[in-house]
Amino acid sequence: MIHLTIDDHPIEVTLGYTLLQAAREHGIAIPTLCYLESLAPYAACRLCLVELVGPRGSKLVASCAYPCEEGLVARTRSDMVLNARRTVVELLMSTAGHLPAVQALAAELGIPAPYVTLESNDCILCGLCVRACREIVGVGAISLVNRGMEREVNTPFQISSADCIECATCALVCPTGAIRVEQFTRPARTMHTWASAYVRRACRLCEYEPPGSPFPKDYRELLGVHDT
Amino acid sequence: MNISITELNDLISREAHDDASLIAVLESVQAQYRYLPFEALVLASERLDVPLSQAYSVATFYHAFSLRPKGKHCLHVCMGTACHVRGSPQVFDRLQTKLGIKAGGTTRDRTFTLETVNCLGACALGPIVVTDGEYSGQMTAQKVDVLLKRVTKAEG
Repeated sequence: MIHLTIDDHPIEVTLGYTLLQAAREHGIAIPTLCYLESLAPYAACRLCLVELVGPRGSKLVASCAYPCEEGLVARTRSDMVLNARRTVVELLMSTAGHLPAVQALAAELGIPAPYVTLESNDCILCGLCVRACREIVGVGAISLVNRGMEREVNTPFQISSADCIECATCALVCPTGAIRVEQFTRPARTMHTWASAYVRRACRLCEYEPPGSPFPKDYRELLGVHDT
Repeated sequence: MNISITELNDLISREAHDDASLIAVLESVQAQYRYLPFEALVLASERLDVPLSQAYSVATFYHAFSLRPKGKHCLHVCMGTACHVRGSPQVFDRLQTKLGIKAGGTTRDRTFTLETVNCLGACALGPIVVTDGEYSGQMTAQKVDVLLKRVTKAEG
């Protein structure tokens, strides 16, 4: 067992826990946007930053990916952390201020308006869709392409993906609803954000095509997606 | 452009060890063909057992990789601060006019590619134009004409 301190609370966890998992299991709230229990941490959104107090000063680490170590002292609501969190949200608001998830964060932190606005974009490049497609579904039909201002999620060569199985897991895990799915007939679907229109095929988790609604209840549970 | 699948396969066999060899393979392809043909990405993804989306992601991320053919001669104009104040924009303008392409572009006959770079760290020689790795210092619009003439002549 590992012993550490988060917000002056002594905490005991087993080896392998991340700071975020340890905190959340003990009722300490840390916001995230790119984290999903069923996926490996990606540390992209930087909302989960916490302060680690060390002998030579403090540093900020991404709690979703930082493993718990014996004797760590972490703070989740210090000035350092709140300043960092505010900066992250301000940057998010510059392109995604119209999204409810971002507005909620801004309200909680008391940020009135972004200091800069850029072209509005539903996608916050959290990478959840890409990671879910690769790690859960096992297909990897989409990826993050280009760099800098042109970075986006897309299929190879921006054409209809031959690998996409139309399971719409990407749409399910997307925290902002940037991915649109349209069900034409029972087996056929179109993923609108990138051109992909085929008959739905089974993924490696289910051996048959699940009937009825696009997202069966136990599939949501399997992914760890909660209705917010 | 005719891309030989056999040639591509041989190249991949030379460079590939496992799925971590993707970048090594792509570097080899880029060196050989001056760009990454669609066929190369598909073959590489299949033989190295990585999703095509990952190969495409890597290909678009690094500036060293190009999805469209680069020219035979690559001209890099330094736009760093020192070169800039010494007149590199004028040098660049002259190149744009003479070649008829913009930054990042390639001439239609695929002879020249023109690009800007940030700072080459040879500020005392500025403004600098690098032609296929060869540095030409103290460039002016006039010297651009001389440079282009020299390169075109060497073409034969």
